[in-house]
Amino acid sequence: MSVLSARDLRVWYGTSRGPVRAVDGISLEINAGETLGLVGESGCGKSTLGRSILGLLPRGAVIDGELLYDGQNLTELSQRDFRRLRGPEIGLIFQEPMTRLNPLMRISDHFKETLEAHESSLTDEEIRRRSLDALGGMGIPPTRFRQYPHEFSGGMRQRIMIALTLVLRPKLLIADEPTTALDVLVEAQILQILGDLKKNADTALLLITHNLGIVAESCERVAVMYAGQIVEEGAARTVFSQPAHPYTSELLRSIISLKTTELHYIPGAPPDLADPPNACRFHPRCPYAMQVCTAKDPIEVRAETGQRVLCWLHGPEEEIPPGGKAPLEREAIAVAEEA
Amino acid sequence: MAGGQQTTSLRTYALTRLGLALPMVLILLTMVFLLLRVAPGDPITAALGGRLPPEQLEERREAAGYNRSLAVQYLEYLGNVATLDFGETIVDNRPVTRVITQNGAATLELTVVALFVALLVGIGVGLVSGRYRDTPVDVAGRLFGILIYAAPVFFLGFLAQLVFAQWLGWFPTSGRASPVTSYDLDTPTNLFLVDSLIALDFSAFSDVLSHLVLPAVTLGLVTGGVFIRLIRVNVLQTLQGDYIEAARARGLSERTVMWHHAFRNALVPVITVVGLQVALLLGGAVLTEQTFNWPGIGSELIRYLNNRDYIAIQGIITFFALVVVIVSLLIDLLNAWVDPRVRY
Ligand SMILES: Nc1ncnc2c1ncn2[C@@H]1O[C@H](COP(=O)(O)OP(=O)(O)OP(=O)(O)O)[C@@H](O)[C@H]1O
Ligand code: SF4
Ligand SMILES: [Mg+2]
Repeated sequence: MSVLSARDLRVWYGTSRGPVRAVDGISLEINAGETLGLVGESGCGKSTLGRSILGLLPRGAVIDGELLYDGQNLTELSQRDFRRLRGPEIGLIFQEPMTRLNPLMRISDHFKETLEAHESSLTDEEIRRRSLDALGGMGIPPTRFRQYPHEFSGGMRQRIMIALTLVLRPKLLIADEPTTALDVLVEAQILQILGDLKKNADTALLLITHNLGIVAESCERVAVMYAGQIVEEGAARTVFSQPAHPYTSELLRSIISLKTTELHYIPGAPPDLADPPNACRFHPRCPYAMQVCTAKDPIEVRAETGQRVLCWLHGPEEEIPPGGKAPLEREAIAVAEEA
Repeated sequence: MAGGQQTTSLRTYALTRLGLALPMVLILLTMVFLLLRVAPGDPITAALGGRLPPEQLEERREAAGYNRSLAVQYLEYLGNVATLDFGETIVDNRPVTRVITQNGAATLELTVVALFVALLVGIGVGLVSGRYRDTPVDVAGRLFGILIYAAPVFFLGFLAQLVFAQWLGWFPTSGRASPVTSYDLDTPTNLFLVDSLIALDFSAFSDVLSHLVLPAVTLGLVTGGVFIRLIRVNVLQTLQGDYIEAARARGLSERTVMWHHAFRNALVPVITVVGLQVALLLGGAVLTEQTFNWPGIGSELIRYLNNRDYIAIQGIITFFALVVVIVSLLIDLLNAWVDPRVRY
């Protein structure tokens, strides 16, 4: 059963250079109790997607499409109604833990205001017990309950942030690169915590990361994002063993080459989302680019291996114009673009 | 326990800070002494030279001890400050201590009320402007802030006198109290508001208060302009903060986000600025006192300066220096108390 389903979701940031299409027509489902990994290069719109689910977009951002949670379309929800969802229904863990706690407030005060905002009938004693339970689950001892944020290390602060999110028992948890700012040991510890979460409660987890290793270890399903679009989505095992989209293959090659110490990186730079390449966003960097890839937007199809994919290599054949499968001449584009 | 640890560290911090204040006082006193003594001649000659025959002048100099070496005089000065004895003024033979307690109290009353007005206006307008950024309210608030900041004290003072004293007749034009009140009121603290309350004399209280309104509001507004700007910018900055977004992500109400996270954090840096403002406030007080004929220590300082009364000047400046040190000490302690990060 799906907890959240996005249909043709779009988020644009208004900037002086024109709209930045950070999320550009995404459709995605997250099921109860599952962990969905969302991977993609820096700047491809992962955090924007995560924020849009909580209605936390900055001023000047426009959202369009459908984002169904529990029968309501979140893109049309008022800030007032959103407030009741944030926390008890949908929780968000941020990328950088160092600055996410108010430096002037004790840890205990963070928990108190959070619980009071959503469960006003709790007594002080219940608040205290719930908070200490949540912190204990993250390995933060009760003796440190009344300390201030600056008295904790980054890893501890992230665990406190997770406890602060879990204390409300959300049905959907969005973890936006929760370990990027932390060292490897702490990273393993936090992934362990998130993994355990899945076993104990039937919380759905959207794990945003640029680290494919993390996805391979902890996700059943994975969605690969490129330039504001989901280019491939399916069972993690299939996507890793038989990637359907050229971008996924390139991503996989870049981690495998790290293991063999031979450096492989995807040639070219990630696209500028204010002025993305037309038709397939990946064509300037794709080793298999064809004529059709610069002419028509790819259509989502199901690959033989079962995953959804957005690439002309998988058809549909009837949409490809005659001669469209001819390889793309790189020089030809360069000249054409300069002209 | 964590709580015990907190208080100990605050105490340690306070003691350290207190220890650091002593060398600061010594440096300031030395500077005051040097600045006032490197000028050629001595205080007596400066004040009375040409008005007394040379023999009498010499007698006065001897009596005041100005023919001894500078080092001896310096040590004596330090000793006097330690015992809070600043000598007697040359031109009117008043103990400087009395100048400080009497006229200083008038200034204290004025500046404290002015600071209160400044904070009220600055925090009120600043918070609202920052919260409702770029709305008409914000534009009006910013404009108001710039106007009162840019207006010279005496201009604002004259304007206030003209409108509220002359035309509307709501408040007296100048002075600290009406003659009747000054005559009747017992003034043990020299703070007339406090004195009239102690005496339970409410007609005196309202008289004193009505004299205080115009100068205090004038001085307060001029100082408040700085606060409006500062607080507005602080609110805008904290609203961008990561912990604000995190607080919203936890579903806190907009009111909690504003009051517990944005406003509180935006006001902490203001404490430091208030400390810096006190020096400015003393300067502004001199001008306000002139405009409103307020018998404060600023007016006295100017009078003694005009008479080249170096003993009075030295005493008053020493007092100002001590006030600045004490205020900065208090500000640091207040900061440490409010912001746990300062203590480490
Ligand atoms: N407030 C904003 N205003 C304008 N553009 C923005 C804003 N926030 C993000 N963007 C742009 O939107 C795009 C997507 O940003 P986003 O933060 O969602 O990427 P991301 O995938 O999370 O990257 P990272 O891995 O670095 O966190 C980027 O091109 C970014 O420059
Ligand atoms: S559509 Fe064409 S350019 Fe895009 S990924 Fe597929 S093959 Fe490459
Ligand atoms: Mg991000």
